[in-house]
Amino acid sequence: MNLTSVLIWLPVAGALAVWILPLSRYATGSLAVLVSLAEVGIWIEQAIRFNFGHGGLQFEQRARWIPDLHSSYHVGVYGFSLWLVGLTVVAMAACTAYGFWVGRDRPRAYFGLMLFLTGAIVGVFVAQDLLLFYAFFEAMLIPLYVLIGVWGGPGRLGATIKLLIYTMAGSLLMLAALIAYGLHGGTFDLVDGTFSASRWIFLGFMFAFAIKAPLFPFHGWLPDAYREAPPEVTAILSGVIAKAGTYGMLRIAIAKFPDPTGYYRTVILVLAAAALVYGSVLAFRAPDLRGVVAYSSMAQSGLIAIGLFSGTNLGLDGAVLQMVAHGLVSTTLFLLAGTIERRTTTGEFALLGGMARGRPALATLLMTVGIISLAVPGSASFAGEFLILAGAFQRAWWWAAIGAGAIVLAAMYMLRAISAVLHDARGSLVQDEALDLRVGELALIVPLVAALLVISAWPAAISHHSFPADSPVLSIGTGFK
Amino acid sequence: MIHTPHVDWFSISTLLVLLGASFLALLSAVLGPRSTRRAVAASIAGLGFAGGLVTSIWLYVDSAGGHRVIGDAFYRDRWTALGQIIICGIGLATTLVGAEQIAQRREASPAEPATPGRQTATPTARPGHDAHIAEFFSLLLACAAGMAFFIGSANLMVMFLSLEWFSIALYVMCAIDYDVEGSLEAGLKYLVIGSFGSAALLFGSALVYGATNHIGFAEIGAAGHSHDTLLVLGLAMVIAGLGFKSSAAPFHMWTPDVYEGAPTPVTAFMSAATKVAAFMLAFRVLRTAFPEEEHLWSWALVGIAVASLVVGNFAALVQRNVKRMLAYSSISHAGFILIGLAAATPLGGRAFVYYLIPYSAMAFGSFAIVGSRERELGAPVTLENLAGFGWERPFLGVAMWFFLFGFAGLPLTGGFTGKFYVFAAAYQHGWAWLVVVGVLATLVSLWYYLAIVRSMYMRDELRVAAVAGGSPPREPLLHAAVGLSLVVATGSLFAVQPLIDLAKHATGALPF
Repeated sequence: MNLTSVLIWLPVAGALAVWILPLSRYATGSLAVLVSLAEVGIWIEQAIRFNFGHGGLQFEQRARWIPDLHSSYHVGVYGFSLWLVGLTVVAMAACTAYGFWVGRDRPRAYFGLMLFLTGAIVGVFVAQDLLLFYAFFEAMLIPLYVLIGVWGGPGRLGATIKLLIYTMAGSLLMLAALIAYGLHGGTFDLVDGTFSASRWIFLGFMFAFAIKAPLFPFHGWLPDAYREAPPEVTAILSGVIAKAGTYGMLRIAIAKFPDPTGYYRTVILVLAAAALVYGSVLAFRAPDLRGVVAYSSMAQSGLIAIGLFSGTNLGLDGAVLQMVAHGLVSTTLFLLAGTIERRTTTGEFALLGGMARGRPALATLLMTVGIISLAVPGSASFAGEFLILAGAFQRAWWWAAIGAGAIVLAAMYMLRAISAVLHDARGSLVQDEALDLRVGELALIVPLVAALLVISAWPAAISHHSFPADSPVLSIGTGFK
Repeated sequence: MIHTPHVDWFSISTLLVLLGASFLALLSAVLGPRSTRRAVAASIAGLGFAGGLVTSIWLYVDSAGGHRVIGDAFYRDRWTALGQIIICGIGLATTLVGAEQIAQRREASPAEPATPGRQTATPTARPGHDAHIAEFFSLLLACAAGMAFFIGSANLMVMFLSLEWFSIALYVMCAIDYDVEGSLEAGLKYLVIGSFGSAALLFGSALVYGATNHIGFAEIGAAGHSHDTLLVLGLAMVIAGLGFKSSAAPFHMWTPDVYEGAPTPVTAFMSAATKVAAFMLAFRVLRTAFPEEEHLWSWALVGIAVASLVVGNFAALVQRNVKRMLAYSSISHAGFILIGLAAATPLGGRAFVYYLIPYSAMAFGSFAIVGSRERELGAPVTLENLAGFGWERPFLGVAMWFFLFGFAGLPLTGGFTGKFYVFAAAYQHGWAWLVVVGVLATLVSLWYYLAIVRSMYMRDELRVAAVAGGSPPREPLLHAAVGLSLVVATGSLFAVQPLIDLAKHATGALPF
């Protein structure tokens, strides 16, 4: 069995099992958590067997799908996709376990959708055929729509409509673009496919990815979706799914459209910088914890896009590192926000405060992740941001200047959020009876934080193991052949 | 003496099987006792359609080299056979649904008058109320036979005759629940407007005959003379006549009313089978008889396609009645199918034949599910009273979810690959703008498809079922039919190439 295909289809099979078998609530949740842990195990096995010195596609599988139009079921992993798949399975395992811990209603539907979502996201990161990529890219939306629409907050219906209309507008234009690309090049395969110089096709792809990431000004769906979704789904949205957008920029837009990338580089860098600065400012003004993390995700997506479109080795390495690091950070922060909301029924800073007293585990974890997220030297985010800024500096100094300014803003909004929740006077909705993190919650948040600390200690594990011969520009130049 | 042509009986075996079954079903209405009538007639219909499937598959296998038979009046080729396979499959599913749903409703009992604020249905079903169930199956079989004949017709005369044949059966089927409000009206409306369409087709045929002196499609094509006003006018009227049958805008005005009023199994059958028949014949007529006018009809079809996309999608946005909404959605899908047809390339042919397969399954399945809810409530299904349906009936809810997302072109069913294929055909033909129109139409359609999903899953349940008394009917056959549709719809996403091969071989029978 091909490990990549197992990573895609095991959770889908798990989803079918959960939907069909009449299991109890407890058995359903256990099965789902078990499957998502098995995913992590399989991924570790894959990472161990992965040959980082070798440049090409590994764990590759190609099967007939639509030979009529030269499209096939073609999956495989590169170094950078390996890390993103790892991020996906780890984050999904934590989020599924969180759903189990809080005891979501209608467990069979819920866990089935979570598993289905896992398979779809992994598919996005490993698909090496445009049509297959598109199918997984869209398939992510389906469970997401229901997860937000059924288990979300009071404004969930409006949030789902916005999310779906925005992202579908992007993806349908991508469909048009990929048809044009595939019919021109004679194949939909991403590895065999040739470079294209068409600006329209490039823009079709970029539009979809910019909405997903999101970059300014395509973020209209973000605040509602991030606030109304259940916390673990928000964690997936910002931690993993947003990375599908930036991954698409790297794997498709930059890799297949060298000329248009050069032509639109300045425009995209401006939009990315706008997302970075504007997102940071909004995060500073957000009145609640989720709002801060949501807008900071938008800012980080902008930063990652700056790294990607800087077109330099440092920037690209840093972008991949930052995708993983920020994915873990925002997953953890949203899960922590969920635990806080469960204790106090709110995320509003005005009603929170003083939670550190008597809750050392919560305070320590929130503090640790918060500090990692604001890029304290020595943290994973610091390594990522530093590489990105260094790469941007090689492009032109002012991009680095803007980025550095935004990092100051990041320190401001994150410290504001931490002190509003943990310190200050005790908030009106913070009861003395509100417990510290329970064993179950620790069991899913501590591993995430541990993973972050490991990456902080050894960022080169990712930044030096994403592209062959440490030269992303070179491998992009050859189209990842 | 009269010279009779040689008859290739095998080439019309599907028709003969269906007609034979129709005859038997009619006999069972007279001879069988009332208590077993429903079961007997449904079994005959089921066997008839299964037999039709077997013969049409056999015909497909055995007709690699297409040619005309029976005095050059009928095509024996894979195009015909594939159309017959699809029609028989839809017929089989309709039989399953019809066996439980036709003329078997809950009726308000006089002892329990309906109170305001409560649904009209009360739980006293009258199982004996199946006075004309056997006639229904007889008509269904006859209608499918007519469609099977229609797809294979090789001249204008046979085309018109078989069109009338299945249309008349459909008129009666629409009105078969004549004591239901709307059913009779639907039948009458369909009769009047359908006759108008038939008349257009007939008049167009007459003009074409007048211009070319031929009635055979191949001969008309061979006669070859463009710029003949008479011929162009005839072509336009033929397209209009077929447009009525396939419910493409601007010939769609009957569709919402008839789809809403007709008994739901009949709606399901019409939305799937009639479209298949009309589109497959249209492509053959246009390719065979009017190849030289391609520049004309190709643009005409593009116009009709865009009109259908616009009208279907925007009108569906404001509907509250789910059957009506799905009717408009079927108009918009006629638009998508027409994109493939208009491209008129081999790829376009493959694209639209492929599209028809998941589309028929999804259209049939979604109407069948609406029919189930309708029966449970005893009232027309609206977005409001669909609330909670997904949680109450998990299987039907999930199936509906698949169908709706499939309609919207999300990759859960072959609707996704179908859209991809027609867009690819349009792009290959050089109509990038048409792809953009299709993409925008899809985006609009998302709004109303999601409205249905939303009300099924995300609204608080009405306590309707409790009012109606007890759990909803079990409907094993309907579940089977929906399951079948689900398998076809989902399977066509994975087994794209086998279906494309089928379509390719079928398209190979047409001149390019």
